[in-house]
Amino acid sequence: MKREIWKGSEAISEAAIRCGCRGFFGYPITPQNEIPEYMSYRMPQAGGVFVQAESELAAINMVYGAAASGIRVMTSSSSPGISLKQEGISYMAGAQLPAVIVNVMRGSPGLGSIQPAQGDYYQATRGGGNGDYRTVTLAPATLQDAVELMQDAFDIADRYRNPVMVLVDGLIAQMMEPVVWKERETDEAFDKSWTASGRQGRSRNNFITSLFIDASICENHNELLRKKYTAMEERECRWKEIMTEDAEIILVAYGTPSRIAETAVGVLREQGIKAGLLRPVSLWPFPSPRLKELASQSHVKAFLDVEMSMGQMLDDVRLAVAERKPVMFYGRTGGMIPSVSEVVKAACEAYEEVK
Amino acid sequence: MRKEIILAGFGGQGIMSMGKNLVEAGVKENLEASWVPSYGPEMRGGTANCSVILSDKPIGAPLVETPEEVIAMNRPSLLKFEPETAPGGTVFINSSIIADKISRKDIDAVYIPCDDIAKELGNIKVSNMVMLGAYIGKTGTVKAETVKEMIRETFSGKKESLIKLNIEALDRGIRWVG
Repeated sequence: MKREIWKGSEAISEAAIRCGCRGFFGYPITPQNEIPEYMSYRMPQAGGVFVQAESELAAINMVYGAAASGIRVMTSSSSPGISLKQEGISYMAGAQLPAVIVNVMRGSPGLGSIQPAQGDYYQATRGGGNGDYRTVTLAPATLQDAVELMQDAFDIADRYRNPVMVLVDGLIAQMMEPVVWKERETDEAFDKSWTASGRQGRSRNNFITSLFIDASICENHNELLRKKYTAMEERECRWKEIMTEDAEIILVAYGTPSRIAETAVGVLREQGIKAGLLRPVSLWPFPSPRLKELASQSHVKAFLDVEMSMGQMLDDVRLAVAERKPVMFYGRTGGMIPSVSEVVKAACEAYEEVK
Repeated sequence: MRKEIILAGFGGQGIMSMGKNLVEAGVKENLEASWVPSYGPEMRGGTANCSVILSDKPIGAPLVETPEEVIAMNRPSLLKFEPETAPGGTVFINSSIIADKISRKDIDAVYIPCDDIAKELGNIKVSNMVMLGAYIGKTGTVKAETVKEMIRETFSGKKESLIKLNIEALDRGIRWVG
């Protein structure tokens, strides 16, 4: 199949178009401006709607409205902009509306920097807005992953009628590498009987809301949502492993750090250290069952979590590993990217401690 | 085979597109390839650079720490990346605007008056193609014919007049190091 060179942001946008996204509502922010730029001319070509809104808040509420009409719809932003969208995301989770939100993470907190970072892990995986809700969070590490996970993201959103977050760091959005466009057969039919798309013979209009003023009804609604989140945990967990079969030290990383860790694993193996890599592809649901299994195996001596943050996924790694094996951490923040040699050094130190 | 390259210069010297040309040529020759731009405040008037990796195996980490080959189109780029060059590596220097010679003894340098050659050809903008020619002529990382094929594809239609100019610039670079 033909390999084409794509830029990350544009590949993500084109993938969305190819899986039927017909509404994009956004507001500019570095380092993801290539997404709205691409969508501004590509979306009309595909017969869809592109709006550069007056603010992030407006954009996410346009997403809410368009999602209610039953079309596939998305928005994208970067860390501070995603914070502004949290109210709308919470409302969509409450109103059971499917949508895809792409967060191209940059240095934080506050305005931070415009370079790649991963400081929004907690926000993405815990539901960044108010209330008991979750968003399935998918984290690509290559552009091939990115285009394939966009399809997953839209399918999951429709399957559960819930917002899905695609979490990438700025580097993946800005880099170029080859992509192969594969036609994906999907015969899954998604229920659209709930949409606000005309009465269509029903005796009353569909009513889409996140407001349940009666406490007991609101509790029942939360129960219904919880069942969906349990189903997502059971069915939507994704991860990849490299050389974990005999690994004594397992690196855990997602996005760009997982690429760096993959190269580091090669270097460590050459030095005679049995290293492996577990890359969570879904950050929520987190591949805790698999980590727990690995932690129980006798050849595994320790874990090293590598992030472009001060250690957020680290909490999930520790929860899964519990006290079975030591969990170490190496991170860079603010837009700084860990180098292969830094990760190798951290892994060697961790290995020295436990061997 | 795995090549880690840094390309650097002023914004507007065609640094990013030179890197993109290399990556596209690599993919045409069935290599794995990655391109990462430096992306920060230095984009405004200062130096721009990109990391390019070409490999026959999956790439993994896409950032270049110690480049085997550095293309320096202006002086700040040479000052920044000469110290980072891998021992035994090569620095390609646009000697039209960089008067300095390298100070390290454990790396090679190739001096090419890219801007002067481009001016002779009538268009300073093809300075980057002169450099690309010199680079592939010296290293053989990708074939000249692959790059020429890409030039023909890129400038088809209205911009067809640019094909001859770009190919000539590439050839002049190749001849300079030949």
